[in-house]
Amino acid sequence: MSAERRPLSPHLQIYKPQLTSVLSISHRVTGVGLAAGTLLLTWWLLAAASGPEAFATAQGFLGSWFGYLILFGFSYALMYHLCNGVRHLFWDAGRGFELPTVYKSGWAVVIGSAALTVIAWAIALASA
Amino acid sequence: MAEFTLPTNSKVKIGDTYKAPSGAKRIKNFKIYRWDPDKGGNPRLDTYEIDMDDCAPMVLDALIKIKNEVDTTLTFRRSCREGICGSCSMNIDGTNTLACLKPIDDVDGDVHIYPLPHMPVIKDLVPDLSVPYAQLASVEPWLKTETPPSPIRERLQSPDERAKLDGLWECILCFCCTTSCPSYWWNGDRYLGPAVLLQAYRWIADSRDEYAGERLDALEDPFRLYRCHTIMNCTKTCPKNLNPAKAIAEIKKLMVMRQ
Repeated sequence: MSAERRPLSPHLQIYKPQLTSVLSISHRVTGVGLAAGTLLLTWWLLAAASGPEAFATAQGFLGSWFGYLILFGFSYALMYHLCNGVRHLFWDAGRGFELPTVYKSGWAVVIGSAALTVIAWAIALASA
Repeated sequence: MAEFTLPTNSKVKIGDTYKAPSGAKRIKNFKIYRWDPDKGGNPRLDTYEIDMDDCAPMVLDALIKIKNEVDTTLTFRRSCREGICGSCSMNIDGTNTLACLKPIDDVDGDVHIYPLPHMPVIKDLVPDLSVPYAQLASVEPWLKTETPPSPIRERLQSPDERAKLDGLWECILCFCCTTSCPSYWWNGDRYLGPAVLLQAYRWIADSRDEYAGERLDALEDPFRLYRCHTIMNCTKTCPKNLNPAKAIAEIKKLMVMRQ
Protein backbone atom coordinates (compact mmCIF):
# COMPACT_ATOMS: atom_id res chain seq x y z
CA MET A 1 0.00 0.00 0.00
CA SER A 2 1.47 3.34 -1.01
CA ALA A 3 2.12 5.92 1.67
CA GLU A 4 -0.37 8.38 0.13
CA ARG A 5 -3.27 6.02 0.78
CA ARG A 6 -2.55 5.88 4.48
CA PRO A 7 -5.36 7.25 6.64
CA LEU A 8 -4.78 10.29 8.84
CA SER A 9 -5.21 9.48 12.52
CA PRO A 10 -8.07 11.32 14.29
CA HIS A 11 -7.12 14.60 16.01
CA LEU A 12 -9.69 17.27 16.98
CA GLN A 13 -12.37 14.57 16.89
CA ILE A 14 -10.82 12.59 19.74
CA TYR A 15 -8.49 14.91 21.68
CA LYS A 16 -10.01 15.80 25.03
CA PRO A 17 -10.73 19.52 25.43
CA GLN A 18 -8.75 20.87 28.37
CA LEU A 19 -8.15 24.26 29.96
CA THR A 20 -4.89 24.77 28.04
CA SER A 21 -6.36 24.37 24.56
CA VAL A 22 -9.80 25.82 25.31
CA LEU A 23 -8.39 29.11 26.66
CA SER A 24 -6.00 29.29 23.72
CA ILE A 25 -8.71 28.95 21.06
CA SER A 26 -10.91 31.34 23.07
CA HIS A 27 -8.13 33.92 22.87
CA ARG A 28 -8.21 33.66 19.10
CA VAL A 29 -12.01 33.67 18.87
CA THR A 30 -12.28 36.74 21.12
CA GLY A 31 -9.57 38.40 18.99
CA VAL A 32 -11.72 37.91 15.89
CA GLY A 33 -14.76 39.10 17.88
CA LEU A 34 -12.92 42.27 18.87
CA ALA A 35 -12.22 43.05 15.21
CA ALA A 36 -15.93 42.71 14.44
CA GLY A 37 -16.82 44.76 17.53
CA THR A 38 -14.43 47.52 16.46
CA LEU A 39 -16.29 47.73 13.14
CA LEU A 40 -19.52 48.14 15.11
CA LEU A 41 -17.94 50.89 17.19
CA THR A 42 -16.74 52.62 14.01
CA TRP A 43 -20.28 52.43 12.57
CA TRP A 44 -21.63 54.02 15.76
CA LEU A 45 -19.04 56.85 15.62
CA LEU A 46 -19.67 57.42 11.88
CA ALA A 47 -23.41 57.57 12.60
CA ALA A 48 -22.78 60.15 15.32
CA ALA A 49 -20.76 62.23 12.85
CA SER A 50 -23.33 61.89 10.05
CA GLY A 51 -26.24 63.49 11.85
CA PRO A 52 -29.15 62.97 14.24
CA GLU A 53 -31.10 60.57 12.01
CA ALA A 54 -28.22 58.13 11.41
CA PHE A 55 -27.28 58.33 15.06
CA ALA A 56 -30.84 57.53 16.13
CA THR A 57 -30.79 54.42 13.90
CA ALA A 58 -27.49 53.21 15.35
CA GLN A 59 -28.57 54.05 18.87
CA GLY A 60 -31.91 52.31 18.32
CA PHE A 61 -30.20 49.11 17.20
CA LEU A 62 -27.58 49.11 19.95
CA GLY A 63 -30.24 49.97 22.56
CA SER A 64 -32.41 46.98 21.59
CA TRP A 65 -32.08 43.69 23.48
CA PHE A 66 -30.15 42.23 20.54
CA GLY A 67 -27.81 45.22 20.54
CA TYR A 68 -27.24 44.77 24.25
CA LEU A 69 -26.46 41.11 23.70
CA ILE A 70 -23.83 42.00 21.08
CA LEU A 71 -22.37 44.73 23.30
CA PHE A 72 -22.22 42.31 26.22
CA GLY A 73 -20.35 39.77 24.09
CA PHE A 74 -18.05 42.51 22.77
CA SER A 75 -17.25 43.69 26.30
CA TYR A 76 -16.60 40.14 27.53
CA ALA A 77 -14.36 39.46 24.53
CA LEU A 78 -12.43 42.63 25.39
CA MET A 79 -11.99 41.69 29.04
CA TYR A 80 -11.05 38.10 28.24
CA HIS A 81 -8.56 39.08 25.54
CA LEU A 82 -7.09 41.68 27.89
CA CYS A 83 -6.67 39.29 30.85
CA ASN A 84 -5.33 36.44 28.73
CA GLY A 85 -3.09 38.93 26.91
CA VAL A 86 -1.49 39.80 30.26
CA ARG A 87 -1.02 36.06 30.82
CA HIS A 88 0.76 35.89 27.47
CA LEU A 89 3.02 38.80 28.49
CA PHE A 90 4.19 36.79 31.51
CA TRP A 91 4.83 33.81 29.24
CA ASP A 92 6.79 35.98 26.82
CA ALA A 93 9.01 36.91 29.79
CA GLY A 94 9.52 33.18 30.38
CA ARG A 95 7.44 33.07 33.56
CA GLY A 96 4.46 30.99 34.71
CA PHE A 97 5.12 27.85 32.68
CA GLU A 98 4.80 25.32 35.50
CA LEU A 99 1.60 23.32 34.98
CA PRO A 100 -0.03 24.23 38.34
CA THR A 101 0.71 27.93 37.60
CA VAL A 102 -0.75 27.57 34.10
CA TYR A 103 -3.98 26.23 35.60
CA LYS A 104 -4.11 28.90 38.30
CA SER A 105 -3.52 31.74 35.85
CA GLY A 106 -6.02 30.16 33.45
CA TRP A 107 -8.82 30.07 35.99
CA ALA A 108 -7.84 33.57 37.14
CA VAL A 109 -8.38 34.77 33.55
CA VAL A 110 -11.80 33.08 33.34
CA ILE A 111 -13.00 34.46 36.67
CA GLY A 112 -11.26 37.85 36.31
CA SER A 113 -12.68 38.55 32.85
CA ALA A 114 -16.20 37.62 33.96
CA ALA A 115 -15.88 39.85 37.05
CA LEU A 116 -14.52 42.80 35.01
CA THR A 117 -17.40 42.47 32.53
CA VAL A 118 -20.00 42.45 35.30
CA ILE A 119 -18.36 45.45 37.01
CA ALA A 120 -18.17 47.40 33.73
CA TRP A 121 -21.88 46.75 33.04
CA ALA A 122 -22.87 47.55 36.61
CA ILE A 123 -21.14 50.92 36.31
CA ALA A 124 -22.56 51.55 32.83
CA LEU A 125 -26.16 50.65 33.76
CA ALA A 126 -25.99 52.56 37.05
CA SER A 127 -24.88 55.72 35.30
CA ALA A 128 -27.32 55.32 32.38
CA MET B 1 -3.75 24.73 6.76
CA ALA B 2 -6.26 23.94 9.42
CA GLU B 3 -8.56 21.10 8.36
CA PHE B 4 -11.02 20.32 11.10
CA THR B 5 -12.48 17.11 9.64
CA LEU B 6 -10.84 13.89 8.60
CA PRO B 7 -10.33 13.01 4.90
CA THR B 8 -12.95 10.59 3.55
CA ASN B 9 -10.58 7.61 3.63
CA SER B 10 -9.73 8.30 7.30
CA LYS B 11 -13.19 8.47 8.86
CA VAL B 12 -13.49 5.84 11.58
CA LYS B 13 -16.25 3.23 11.19
CA ILE B 14 -17.71 1.01 13.90
CA GLY B 15 -15.89 -2.32 13.95
CA ASP B 16 -16.20 -5.77 15.49
CA THR B 17 -16.86 -6.70 19.12
CA TYR B 18 -14.90 -9.42 20.86
CA LYS B 19 -16.89 -10.74 23.83
CA ALA B 20 -15.32 -11.46 27.21
CA PRO B 21 -15.12 -15.12 28.25
CA SER B 22 -18.26 -16.29 30.05
CA GLY B 23 -18.01 -15.94 33.81
CA ALA B 24 -16.05 -12.67 33.64
CA LYS B 25 -17.32 -10.37 36.40
CA ARG B 26 -15.41 -7.12 36.03
CA ILE B 27 -15.56 -6.28 32.32
CA LYS B 28 -13.97 -3.18 30.80
CA ASN B 29 -14.44 -2.25 27.14
CA PHE B 30 -11.35 -1.37 25.14
CA LYS B 31 -12.27 0.50 21.96
CA ILE B 32 -9.24 0.36 19.72
CA TYR B 33 -8.46 2.01 16.37
CA ARG B 34 -7.75 -0.56 13.66
CA TRP B 35 -6.49 -0.15 10.12
CA ASP B 36 -4.88 -2.83 7.99
CA PRO B 37 -2.88 -1.67 4.93
CA ASP B 38 -3.38 -5.07 3.26
CA LYS B 39 -7.16 -4.85 3.48
CA GLY B 40 -7.40 -1.09 2.85
CA GLY B 41 -10.79 0.54 3.35
CA ASN B 42 -11.58 2.85 6.23
CA PRO B 43 -10.24 2.55 9.75
CA ARG B 44 -12.62 1.04 12.30
CA LEU B 45 -13.03 1.01 16.07
CA ASP B 46 -13.02 -2.56 17.43
CA THR B 47 -14.37 -3.30 20.90
CA TYR B 48 -12.59 -5.81 23.14
CA GLU B 49 -14.29 -6.85 26.37
CA ILE B 50 -11.57 -7.56 28.91
CA ASP B 51 -11.98 -9.25 32.28
CA MET B 52 -10.20 -6.90 34.68
CA ASP B 53 -9.81 -9.71 37.25
CA ASP B 54 -7.52 -11.42 34.74
CA CYS B 55 -5.48 -8.44 33.47
CA ALA B 56 -2.40 -6.58 34.74
CA PRO B 57 -2.88 -2.89 35.68
CA MET B 58 -1.54 -0.82 32.76
CA VAL B 59 -3.14 -0.11 29.39
CA LEU B 60 -0.12 -1.73 27.71
CA ASP B 61 -0.82 -4.90 29.71
CA ALA B 62 -4.33 -4.98 28.27
CA LEU B 63 -3.01 -4.46 24.72
CA ILE B 64 -0.51 -7.30 25.14
CA LYS B 65 -3.26 -9.50 26.60
CA ILE B 66 -5.48 -8.79 23.59
CA LYS B 67 -2.64 -9.56 21.18
CA ASN B 68 -1.73 -12.78 23.01
CA GLU B 69 -5.17 -14.14 23.75
CA VAL B 70 -7.85 -12.48 21.61
CA ASP B 71 -6.61 -11.01 18.33
CA THR B 72 -3.02 -11.58 17.20
CA THR B 73 -3.41 -9.09 14.35
CA LEU B 74 -3.53 -6.08 16.71
CA THR B 75 -0.41 -4.04 15.96
CA PHE B 76 1.34 -1.56 18.25
CA ARG B 77 4.88 -0.48 19.21
CA ARG B 78 6.22 -1.38 22.62
CA SER B 79 9.52 -2.28 24.16
CA CYS B 80 10.63 -1.42 27.69
CA ARG B 81 7.20 -1.34 29.43
CA GLU B 82 8.53 1.16 31.98
CA GLY B 83 8.42 4.63 30.39
CA ILE B 84 12.02 4.74 29.18
CA CYS B 85 11.92 3.79 25.51
CA GLY B 86 9.01 5.97 24.31
CA SER B 87 7.70 3.32 21.91
CA CYS B 88 4.14 2.83 23.17
CA SER B 89 3.06 6.48 22.85
CA MET B 90 -0.58 6.68 21.76
CA ASN B 91 -3.82 8.53 22.44
CA ILE B 92 -5.58 6.97 25.42
CA ASP B 93 -8.85 8.38 26.78
CA GLY B 94 -8.41 11.57 24.74
CA THR B 95 -4.85 12.52 25.66
CA ASN B 96 -1.46 11.35 24.47
CA THR B 97 0.58 9.24 26.85
CA LEU B 98 2.63 6.07 27.15
CA ALA B 99 0.44 2.95 27.38
CA CYS B 100 2.93 1.41 29.82
CA LEU B 101 2.59 4.28 32.30
CA LYS B 102 -1.19 4.70 32.04
CA PRO B 103 -3.16 2.74 34.68
CA ILE B 104 -6.39 1.30 33.29
CA ASP B 105 -8.16 2.40 36.48
CA ASP B 106 -7.41 6.04 35.61
CA VAL B 107 -9.95 5.79 32.79
CA ASP B 108 -13.64 6.14 33.65
CA GLY B 109 -15.85 3.97 31.45
CA ASP B 110 -14.62 2.59 28.12
CA VAL B 111 -10.94 2.89 27.25
CA HIS B 112 -10.60 4.57 23.84
CA ILE B 113 -7.22 4.01 22.19
CA TYR B 114 -6.10 5.76 18.99
CA PRO B 115 -2.72 6.27 17.32
CA LEU B 116 -0.91 9.58 17.99
CA PRO B 117 -3.18 12.27 16.48
CA HIS B 118 -2.93 13.76 12.98
CA MET B 119 -0.29 11.34 11.68
CA PRO B 120 -0.34 8.96 8.70
CA VAL B 121 -1.18 5.49 10.01
CA ILE B 122 1.06 2.57 8.98
CA LYS B 123 -1.08 -0.03 10.75
CA ASP B 124 -3.48 0.06 13.75
CA LEU B 125 -1.74 2.03 16.53
CA VAL B 126 1.52 2.53 14.61
CA PRO B 127 1.88 6.04 13.16
CA ASP B 128 4.44 7.11 10.57
CA LEU B 129 6.92 9.34 12.44
CA SER B 130 9.25 9.98 9.48
CA VAL B 131 8.52 13.71 9.40
CA PRO B 132 9.21 14.44 13.10
CA TYR B 133 12.35 12.26 12.90
CA ALA B 134 13.57 14.27 9.88
CA GLN B 135 12.76 17.47 11.77
CA LEU B 136 14.81 16.20 14.72
CA ALA B 137 17.76 15.53 12.39
CA SER B 138 17.40 19.07 11.00
CA VAL B 139 18.27 20.65 14.38
CA GLU B 140 21.51 18.60 14.48
CA PRO B 141 21.00 17.20 17.98
CA TRP B 142 24.65 16.58 18.83
CA LEU B 143 27.54 18.52 20.36
CA LYS B 144 29.08 20.92 17.82
CA THR B 145 32.38 22.66 18.60
CA GLU B 146 35.16 24.71 16.98
CA THR B 147 37.82 24.32 19.66
CA PRO B 148 39.59 20.95 19.66
CA PRO B 149 38.97 18.76 22.71
CA SER B 150 41.66 18.54 25.38
CA PRO B 151 43.78 15.41 24.93
CA ILE B 152 43.83 14.75 28.69
CA ARG B 153 40.26 15.32 29.88
CA GLU B 154 36.62 15.69 28.87
CA ARG B 155 34.97 19.01 28.05
CA LEU B 156 34.24 20.18 31.58
CA GLN B 157 31.02 21.73 32.81
CA SER B 158 30.27 23.37 36.18
CA PRO B 159 27.41 21.90 38.26
CA ASP B 160 25.39 25.05 37.47
CA GLU B 161 25.96 24.66 33.73
CA ARG B 162 25.03 21.01 33.96
CA ALA B 163 21.86 21.85 35.91
CA LYS B 164 20.61 23.85 32.91
CA LEU B 165 20.17 20.59 31.02
CA ASP B 166 17.87 19.05 33.61
CA GLY B 167 14.34 18.78 32.28
CA LEU B 168 15.74 18.64 28.73
CA TRP B 169 17.93 15.54 28.48
CA GLU B 170 15.20 13.30 29.94
CA CYS B 171 13.09 13.52 26.75
CA ILE B 172 12.58 10.05 25.27
CA LEU B 173 11.24 11.29 21.91
CA CYS B 174 7.86 9.59 22.18
CA PHE B 175 6.30 12.60 20.34
CA CYS B 176 3.26 12.69 22.65
CA CYS B 177 3.75 16.46 22.92
CA THR B 178 4.30 17.15 19.22
CA THR B 179 1.16 15.24 18.21
CA SER B 180 -0.93 16.92 20.96
CA CYS B 181 -0.21 20.37 19.52
CA PRO B 182 -2.99 21.85 17.32
CA SER B 183 -0.39 24.14 15.76
CA TYR B 184 1.58 21.05 14.71
CA TRP B 185 -1.62 19.47 13.36
CA TRP B 186 -2.23 22.43 11.04
CA ASN B 187 1.40 23.27 10.16
CA GLY B 188 3.38 20.10 10.89
CA ASP B 189 5.13 20.26 7.54
CA ARG B 190 6.90 23.50 8.48
CA TYR B 191 6.54 23.94 12.27
CA LEU B 192 9.12 21.82 14.13
CA GLY B 193 6.82 21.00 17.06
CA PRO B 194 7.51 20.89 20.81
CA ALA B 195 9.63 17.70 21.02
CA VAL B 196 12.11 18.84 18.37
CA LEU B 197 12.27 22.40 19.74
CA LEU B 198 12.96 21.04 23.23
CA GLN B 199 15.84 19.05 21.72
CA ALA B 200 17.06 22.16 19.87
CA TYR B 201 17.09 24.06 23.18
CA ARG B 202 18.87 21.17 24.89
CA TRP B 203 21.92 21.90 22.67
CA ILE B 204 21.53 25.69 22.71
CA ALA B 205 21.56 25.56 26.53
CA ASP B 206 24.62 23.28 26.67
CA SER B 207 27.67 25.26 27.85
CA ARG B 208 30.00 22.95 25.87
CA ASP B 209 28.25 23.56 22.55
CA GLU B 210 29.77 26.36 20.46
CA TYR B 211 27.09 26.71 17.80
CA ALA B 212 24.27 28.37 19.75
CA GLY B 213 24.25 31.35 17.34
CA GLU B 214 23.97 29.18 14.24
CA ARG B 215 21.32 27.05 15.96
CA LEU B 216 19.26 30.17 16.70
CA ASP B 217 19.75 31.38 13.09
CA ALA B 218 18.29 28.09 11.85
CA LEU B 219 15.22 28.51 14.07
CA GLU B 220 14.61 32.20 13.24
CA ASP B 221 11.64 31.53 11.01
CA PRO B 222 7.90 32.32 11.15
CA PHE B 223 7.05 28.62 10.99
CA ARG B 224 9.87 26.51 12.43
CA LEU B 225 9.75 28.26 15.85
CA TYR B 226 7.03 30.87 15.88
CA ARG B 227 4.03 28.64 15.13
CA CYS B 228 4.15 27.96 18.88
CA HIS B 229 1.24 29.97 20.31
CA THR B 230 1.72 28.78 23.90
CA ILE B 231 -1.31 26.50 23.77
CA MET B 232 0.45 24.32 26.40
CA ASN B 233 -1.06 20.98 25.33
CA CYS B 234 2.55 19.75 25.07
CA THR B 235 3.43 20.36 28.71
CA LYS B 236 0.03 19.08 29.81
CA THR B 237 0.46 15.76 28.04
CA CYS B 238 4.19 14.95 28.51
CA PRO B 239 4.38 11.49 30.15
CA LYS B 240 7.82 12.38 31.55
CA ASN B 241 6.51 15.62 33.11
CA LEU B 242 8.89 17.76 31.07
CA ASN B 243 8.05 21.28 29.92
CA PRO B 244 8.49 21.75 26.15
CA ALA B 245 6.49 25.01 26.22
CA LYS B 246 9.00 26.48 28.67
CA ALA B 247 11.94 25.36 26.49
CA ILE B 248 10.34 27.03 23.44
CA ALA B 249 9.79 30.23 25.47
CA GLU B 250 13.49 30.21 26.41
CA ILE B 251 14.42 29.99 22.71
CA LYS B 252 12.09 32.92 21.91
CA LYS B 253 13.68 34.93 24.74
CA LEU B 254 17.18 34.23 23.40
CA MET B 255 16.01 35.43 19.97
CA VAL B 256 15.00 38.78 21.47
CA MET B 257 18.00 39.12 23.77
CA ARG B 258 20.59 38.63 21.04
CA GLN B 259 19.22 41.49 18.91
